[in-house]
Amino acid sequence: MSDDIKKFMFVNTKAPYGTVYALESLEVVLISAAFDQDVSLVFCDDGVFQITRNQNTEASGMKNFSPAYKALGDYDINKLYVEKESLEERGLTLDNLMDLTYEDEDDDWAEKPSIKLVTRAELADLMDGQDVIISS
Amino acid sequence: MAMLHTVNKSPFERNSLNSCLSKSKEGSTILLIEDAVVGALKGTVIADKLTAAMSNKNIYVLGSDLNTRGFTEAEILDGIKVVDYSGFVDLVAEHSNVQSWL
Repeated sequence: MSDDIKKFMFVNTKAPYGTVYALESLEVVLISAAFDQDVSLVFCDDGVFQITRNQNTEASGMKNFSPAYKALGDYDINKLYVEKESLEERGLTLDNLMDLTYEDEDDDWAEKPSIKLVTRAELADLMDGQDVIISS
Repeated sequence: MAMLHTVNKSPFERNSLNSCLSKSKEGSTILLIEDAVVGALKGTVIADKLTAAMSNKNIYVLGSDLNTRGFTEAEILDGIKVVDYSGFVDLVAEHSNVQSWL
């Protein structure tokens, strides 16, 4: 089986709610978790808005799907790369994002952050090393 | 009466807010809705441009769309006013015409 594991990267570039890209991508990611692949997610450009904390859809009446990102850690999806420059251009810091964590089975199930802040240049290298890249 | 302009796309992804700012008259009103609300945040690369526009235009943002994306009134640029759905209706009624920038 291990020979068949491929590196899948899902690149999220769009703000949530205004279009359906963010929700559709999240659903594909959750499906991919069932196939035991090496999955990572990227949040860059307006994609960083997908994982802001305190999303409140009460007044707009839309479905708030942001809590679903917190489940990713339970599906062994714990490589969430956030592009530093994208945050800065939008006046945001990591503090604006949800605390997304996973439990590390190799370290006595210690809770660790899933989000890794990366530069644009580092992201280019990460993308270069993938088998499959799916952008939305 | 002045024109009400609505913008619904993120200024970081599309040029529609830019087009709106360059083709709207002094005294007109611009309302940011849907994905455009993120343009109202403090500290962004377009903050200076938006602040400059406020010298002769009124800028509003739809509060419910702001809250949906995780932000509140405290996080937007000084001078931008927040409206709810009934405030949106009032703006439409108060202006002579509405132009949507998509």
